[in-house]
Amino acid sequence: MATQLVAGNMAVIIGALYAGCDCFFGYPITPASEILHEASRYFPKLSRKFVQAESEEAAINMAYGAASAGHRVLAASSGPGMSLKQEGITYLAGSEIPCVIVDIQRAGPGLGNIGPEQSDYNQACKGGGHGSYKNIVLAPNSVQEMCDFAMEAFKLAFKYRNPAIILADGVLGHMVEPLRFPQKAVVPEIDISWAVNGNAATKGNVLTSIFLNFDELERHNLKLQEKYLKIGDNETAFEEYKVDDADVVLVAYGISSRIAKTAVDIARSRGIKTGLYRPITIYPFPDKRLSELAGRGCRFISVEMSNGQMRDDIRLATGCAIVELVCRYGGNLMQIDQIMQKIRELT
Amino acid sequence: MAVKERVIGGHPGLYAEFLRKGGIAPTATHYCAGCGHGILHKLIGEAIVDLGIQDRCVFLSPVGCAVFAYYYLDCGNIQAAHGRASAVATGVSRAEDNAIVISYQGDGDLASIGLNETVQAANRGEKMTVFFINNIVYGMTGGQMAPTTLIGEVTATTPSGRDPAEQGYPIHMCELLDTLDAPIFIERFSLSDIDHIRKARRAVHKAMEIQRDKKGYAFVEVLSPCPTILRMDAKTVEEFINQPMEKEFPVKRFRDRSAESKPIIRPDSNFSKESLDNIFGCTTSECIEIIDDHNFKAKGVKIAGFGGQGVLSMVLALAQAAFGSGRYVSYYPDYGPEQRGGTSNCSVIISGEAIGSPVVDQPDVLVAFNKPSLEKFGPSIKKGGIIIYDSQAGHYKAPEGVIVISIPAAKIATDMGVQQAANTAMFGALMETGNLGLSREAYSNAFKVTFAKKPQLIPLNLAILDAGAEAARKSLVN
Ligand SMILES: Cc1ncc(C[n+]2csc(CCOP(=O)(O)OP(=O)(O)O)c2C)c(N)n1
Repeated sequence: MATQLVAGNMAVIIGALYAGCDCFFGYPITPASEILHEASRYFPKLSRKFVQAESEEAAINMAYGAASAGHRVLAASSGPGMSLKQEGITYLAGSEIPCVIVDIQRAGPGLGNIGPEQSDYNQACKGGGHGSYKNIVLAPNSVQEMCDFAMEAFKLAFKYRNPAIILADGVLGHMVEPLRFPQKAVVPEIDISWAVNGNAATKGNVLTSIFLNFDELERHNLKLQEKYLKIGDNETAFEEYKVDDADVVLVAYGISSRIAKTAVDIARSRGIKTGLYRPITIYPFPDKRLSELAGRGCRFISVEMSNGQMRDDIRLATGCAIVELVCRYGGNLMQIDQIMQKIRELT
Repeated sequence: MAVKERVIGGHPGLYAEFLRKGGIAPTATHYCAGCGHGILHKLIGEAIVDLGIQDRCVFLSPVGCAVFAYYYLDCGNIQAAHGRASAVATGVSRAEDNAIVISYQGDGDLASIGLNETVQAANRGEKMTVFFINNIVYGMTGGQMAPTTLIGEVTATTPSGRDPAEQGYPIHMCELLDTLDAPIFIERFSLSDIDHIRKARRAVHKAMEIQRDKKGYAFVEVLSPCPTILRMDAKTVEEFINQPMEKEFPVKRFRDRSAESKPIIRPDSNFSKESLDNIFGCTTSECIEIIDDHNFKAKGVKIAGFGGQGVLSMVLALAQAAFGSGRYVSYYPDYGPEQRGGTSNCSVIISGEAIGSPVVDQPDVLVAFNKPSLEKFGPSIKKGGIIIYDSQAGHYKAPEGVIVISIPAAKIATDMGVQQAANTAMFGALMETGNLGLSREAYSNAFKVTFAKKPQLIPLNLAILDAGAEAARKSLVN
């Protein structure tokens, strides 16, 4: 059957495999471990490569190696493991090596707990490691999108030679929904213009992020910034729900957007013109439409499971000093009542 | 003299001119006079040309003085983060079975910050040769203590000499790796003088031959001169390596298992859609269409019990029944501090429209397998909702306006010969009284999926399903 009930973490593996990903390197961590488990099960069945690494640092560096060879590589982790991966990710960005990394966010800081949160927003969207770089960050909100965005992430990562992060969370990783399997399977081709994969065609290539000469590194950085601008122009994506006549706009991504959508329906049933604006790419942040909505006089509520990290981006996009925040963290999901109360306060 | 020593351009396996380096001396390296890195580059270059594997080589430049090894080695080049070269090499080697992977690392890089990656790659027997340049100091960052620094040695961070009581002892990488099973080849050699370099040439050749033959992991430690940091002239550094260094780090072959080991060959990745569809059981392109039905009021079901009572399989069966009926469905195994404490609970939502929050705070239906679940979730049930529980849990006083149904689920299952099938009896009760708008056929069809691997169990489970339904009907009447 081409539609099946599937958990989010499994859907990522399905998407990656249909996207032509043939290398997975991982290290166990809840709530991302099922991605590792499913990879260990399915990659070898297709002679694709799976290694349980000795650490998240090793895993992302193995990813760096396989991706340097031009392969489509997936890595997945959560909170503490994502922190360890930041070194590898900045090297990927600096050397312009495409790679897809899944973050099944859990509650922090420190060891935190294994409940869901969205507090890796800044880490994923603002860089995360050292240097002025950006990741492409996609925020799925359903099992279907866990699969589809895995495919999309590979497309974007390779189009721009840049790391792409799928920023999900413990709920999306563990929830089960119908998945319609991909209609196509990508047969990837190694891009010999930059890859280093051990043959005569790529022998002249080098992948590095060190530029001793200051002017040269400045040029490299400017080139990266140009690329990020281009990504912003071409790739921003968002979804709207009943914003056309809305006085209050909830802004939420990922699992929070699902909860916010329910809140919109409840508010509407009580006659409050409420809408949902859902960023799909959270880097690049889809700011233009938000700015339009602000011009129309909408009030905004950032609904996120973190301490206003996305609210900062909404403020920048809208120019509104006051953007309300409904948040919850520590592993607890947002309550619809919390959102309703804030909506009532605004109207 | 000094400048002449640095010139290595025009050597086999190295670029004729070092264009990536730039500058005014395109055939001179950036290494200090008398440094071992240049010598080792040459030996590696020679070996890969001799063995006819140059085109296939992927060389990993470390962080350290050799960070720019890619200025010189005429092959595919990748620069790795500090200490991570063995992990990066693993990635290249796994991805490209035909690549000849060379990791080249200093003592700080390999034996300090990257020790874990080093040992683990060796222990997995990765197909790669690792060159370990032991010059007993951190060269690039200005002569700090390395893990290999000799006892008593003065460095930038051991101003009164390395004191074992404070800084421990020099680490012996060959000896350490020699305790592992997987490595094929381990040797330590020295670059102190012509005689030693001649022997080194053979060892480098051997270590690369092992890659040509796909035999696995080779580790070569190189005692290498760093006259600049050690503040020694050529003669003194030669004596220093031959005497105290060699005494601490004996120059010898620790292991060569290349003759008896078989090549490691990994097949190419399979990208065919047919194979993918097969492993996921998508052999037909048939899809279940989910139908928008705005008249169907969404139902939230909470199913809770002890681990082992079959909560999750019942959830899966329910979700499958709903999905098979063209409903939107989602379920989510809730977290909670008790997650590892034995109880499990799960939210299921069945809807005629796309589902918002996947979590059920106020269930329409609660299915409780035990008393704690009843007590925990009973009070949250919606007005007019339904609670179905196993009568084993004892009497339960329901909140106002809630319908309560209790069936002896465990007993039904045991009486019918399948002790573990209490969840099927509860499933029957849910079918009969849960008001979820799903047909009996939907429930029974779900078993085709949930028992796909054990279809022989389906008839008996259908009987238990109906027995559960019957019991629920009776409970409702009472
Ligand atoms: C994460 C990180 N920490 C520290 C450094 C700074 N660093 C650059 S080279 C180096 C030491 C390299 O020493 P070694 O591996 O012995 O090689 P050598 O320079 O002696 O050839 C250090 C610590 C770095 N680049 N990255």
